[in-house]
Amino acid sequence: MSIDALSGTARSTARDAAPAAPSRLATALRGTGHALGRSLDWRPWASFGALLLLWFAAHHFGWVERKYLPSPLDVVHRLVVEVTQGTILFDLKETLRRNLAGLVIGVAAGLALGGLLGLSGRLGKIVGPTVLAQRQTALFAWVPLLSMWFGGADPGKIAFIAVAAFQPMVVNTWRGISLVPATYRELSDVLLFSRWTYFRLVAVPSALPMIFTGLHGALIYAWLATVGSELFLNIAPGLGGRLNEGSQLFEIDLLFLAIALFGLVGLAYNTLAERAEALLVRWHAR
Amino acid sequence: MSLTQTLDTRSARPEAAQVASLAVPAHRRRPRAIPAAVLGLGFPTVLVVVWWAAARAGLLPEQILPAPQAILETFLGLVGDGTLATHLKVSTERVLIGFGIGAVGGLAFGAAAGLSPTFRAFFYPPVQAVARVNVLAWMPLLTLFMGIDEPLKYVVIAWSAAIPVILGTARGIEAVSPAFRELGQALQFDTRDTLRLIVLPGAVPSLFAGLREGLANAWQTLVLAELFASFEGLGYLMTWGRQLFQLDLVIVAMIVVAIAGLAMDLLLRAVERRAQPWKKGTADVH
Repeated sequence: MSIDALSGTARSTARDAAPAAPSRLATALRGTGHALGRSLDWRPWASFGALLLLWFAAHHFGWVERKYLPSPLDVVHRLVVEVTQGTILFDLKETLRRNLAGLVIGVAAGLALGGLLGLSGRLGKIVGPTVLAQRQTALFAWVPLLSMWFGGADPGKIAFIAVAAFQPMVVNTWRGISLVPATYRELSDVLLFSRWTYFRLVAVPSALPMIFTGLHGALIYAWLATVGSELFLNIAPGLGGRLNEGSQLFEIDLLFLAIALFGLVGLAYNTLAERAEALLVRWHAR
Repeated sequence: MSLTQTLDTRSARPEAAQVASLAVPAHRRRPRAIPAAVLGLGFPTVLVVVWWAAARAGLLPEQILPAPQAILETFLGLVGDGTLATHLKVSTERVLIGFGIGAVGGLAFGAAAGLSPTFRAFFYPPVQAVARVNVLAWMPLLTLFMGIDEPLKYVVIAWSAAIPVILGTARGIEAVSPAFRELGQALQFDTRDTLRLIVLPGAVPSLFAGLREGLANAWQTLVLAELFASFEGLGYLMTWGRQLFQLDLVIVAMIVVAIAGLAMDLLLRAVERRAQPWKKGTADVH
């Protein structure tokens, strides 16, 4: 119960974005059966269109001071300029590099500790509460401490990303492995499985869906932490650095562009995780 | 509960258990029935003792980890001169105001989306698209529009709190069983009674899950906003400690952030129990 509650935030973040994709898929599937006109709900697109029109109009008629609101075309133009002459692709690459480095470290550590906690009930009882309690610290409260330990350059950033990825990973792995159905455990007792065989053949496959939930949360949190670390720690090439730059130089087109890229990468991660989970569920159901 | 089972079934082989049950009187078969709380608290206690001993033996440089006494002294000092109370008050105020705005807005929007499919079709997707990008990435942009004072903090906290509240409310209302709605129709309830007697009680668990996640988000975002730009509050206390290279200050602030976050969650759980007296535990509708 308590694990449930504490990992709630991670999963809710995962769910924030979740409903859109399946519903679009569902609409598409429905569309194959019906006439094309009925398959697509036009209403969301109407409101997106209206927003875009409003944006154009606000810029064109000067409802908002132009300095504060570039036209959508300016943002596109900025993208073209950045890609052809600027550094945005390099920034994106740097951000992704940090993100992946932290993610790998955090996920590996989370899997290891979560697996241990799940396998040994005693360890789970002794160390588990401490693991859960440290999650109460708001994630970003780690930034000052980690930056003092590891510095504000890459090591500090990667350490923070790793902490962000570690937390959902450890809790979900722990839960997944400790919730292996009792019958499976009894069966492996009857078969006199060693602890390692049990772990490999029974615990991990049965815990996979939960481990993937953890991975999903880890992806989302690590991505958030990546941009956060770039905003708060030393300025270096990266999307967060560009956000800082846009804010300080008052280049709103750059800000919009960086926000859009941030959202797109997050979306890509989310889609990836959902696809993987769906594949896994299908494989599990077989 | 399930963790206990893991331990028991894994540690006892069937035949060993039989032998044990022959040899040992039933009531003495489990000699190590140490309460979970003791086990759970034991680990951090041991950690602190080791930490204390290591610091005393001079194994821990103060720049890496100050001794527990130093942290306690800093804590008492901050309590004594009222600094901690001031920062805590500022932070709590920000969270409460931001969360209040976000919760009311989120409840209203979520209720509209849950009750009216048309409203949902038009307005839900754009909100979702914006919410997909964490408020962190919007912060540099928002700073340009509204400066770095209190309004910025209220807006970002309200924003992050509103998202789970919207989802929880809309989902809760949709999840109300059609059978109950039909019952209401059969009893010829008017709209007000339907809302009061059927929709609201059915939606409450999911609604509270959303509120609790919203509060957790609000607390996370508070720290974020205070690290980003502020001159008061717990997040500022950490930044200040980091700038002065006072690790003890950073750690005290981290601990206070964790405890205050936990306290708020417990408070909301208590409210939740009062709001649905027919329920035993707190709900986690996921």
